[in-house]
Amino acid sequence: MWLSNSSIGRKVVMSVTGIALVLFLTFHMSMNLVALISAEGYNVICEFLGANWYALVATTALAALVVIHIVYAFWLTMMNRKARGTERYAVEAKPKSVEWASQNMLVLGIVVAAGLGLHLANFWYKMMFAEIIGNPTLGGLEATDGYGYIVQTFSCPIFVVLYLIWLAALWFHLTHGFWSALQTLGWSNKIWFERWKLIGNIYTTLVVLGFAAVVVVFYLKSLCCGASCV
Amino acid sequence: MDKNISFTLKVWRQNGPKEKGHFETFQMKDIPGDTSFLEMLDILNEQLISERKEPVVFDHDCREGICGMCSLYINGYPHGPATGATTCQLYMRRFNDGDTITVEPWRSAGFPVIKDLMVDRTAYDKIMQAGGYISVRTGSAEDANNILIPKPNADEAMDAASCIGCGACVAACKNGSAMLFVSAKVSQLALLPQGKVEAARRAKAMLSKMDELGFGNCTNTRACEAECPKCISISNIARLNREFIKAKLKD
Repeated sequence: MWLSNSSIGRKVVMSVTGIALVLFLTFHMSMNLVALISAEGYNVICEFLGANWYALVATTALAALVVIHIVYAFWLTMMNRKARGTERYAVEAKPKSVEWASQNMLVLGIVVAAGLGLHLANFWYKMMFAEIIGNPTLGGLEATDGYGYIVQTFSCPIFVVLYLIWLAALWFHLTHGFWSALQTLGWSNKIWFERWKLIGNIYTTLVVLGFAAVVVVFYLKSLCCGASCV
Repeated sequence: MDKNISFTLKVWRQNGPKEKGHFETFQMKDIPGDTSFLEMLDILNEQLISERKEPVVFDHDCREGICGMCSLYINGYPHGPATGATTCQLYMRRFNDGDTITVEPWRSAGFPVIKDLMVDRTAYDKIMQAGGYISVRTGSAEDANNILIPKPNADEAMDAASCIGCGACVAACKNGSAMLFVSAKVSQLALLPQGKVEAARRAKAMLSKMDELGFGNCTNTRACEAECPKCISISNIARLNREFIKAKLKD
């Protein structure tokens, strides 16, 4: 199978799963923005995306994408370290055109995955998982009260800081990942390279700002309205 | 007139592919600035020979930047700190009095060290043999204007063909990937009508040879493009990806 036994094939898998995950992030970010506008509206979405068959199928597919992306990342890194040989250079210099993110995608990815773990514990475990096991008040609030969990989580400064670090890592990961994915699929040349880079930077910044806005707004709200940090 | 400089030279010495290597330090005195880097190593070797010591082994041939034989990883850069130039085109005026200059061989699993600074780059020849050619009937040449080629395509193909196969891309790549080389060699033919006929077979054969020889997977860091003495663009890598994916989807 060329998707596993050729270098370009393996990169195509990284690229396609990566693009799919960027699309998911776009959806998730748009959904979060509803929480800024209406608590009821947000909870309707949470109910809609609870333990229903379609949401569970989509979640499983999403989990598969994440797992494939991570497994391939480690596999590629191991192969690449082997290809580098046993001796390392004594002196190394980084050319100016080489982005820092591009050489640290695995490390950034690990930070992103760690943030994902925290996020699943903060929200998914208390919401969808609580519904699956039939204990809707597992996290203290109703499983469909996503708004309540947002208020609760982001009234804690520690979570605010952790989430912002997570989002910063995601920004670096995506600024390289975006154009790199299209380059790997062959949809690039001297002109499109510059275009994809610019589009990727703008797109990534908007997505990350959208996520960060919810974190910051709810933290500020908790400061003035005195919501308690649990 | 350039000034003379004196500096410390740290050179990698290694007796054979399986031997353990180490750095050896030399003090170089009063080297004129208009000495090329390779001439400086010649001076060092003359000194070593006159002291009845073993000279440093390094690759070189034309010494005018077109053969692709010289290599050397100097102070963290393949072909040294100059851009768009090979080691033989690097002059000592780039360095300062009192500098420490570290010289290492290309380090990659695909290019094992033969001795000291010389590495085995026959992997590139094997990749070329896998498909870096076109099959034509030999004999009297056709009229050059029989096949018309748009000027932009001809230029792009010529830019790709300027790759001299020195291996700086592999040396610069944190993944030890030879994608810039393979993509330039695929592009120079894929862009022209004569090369299009075998384009799909060529892309598959050259890439699988590259993988087989232990080169890494490209992660688009662009270090190869930055260090290439012929400034080959990574847009060639996008073209190779395109050619390869198209060929695989057709199968």
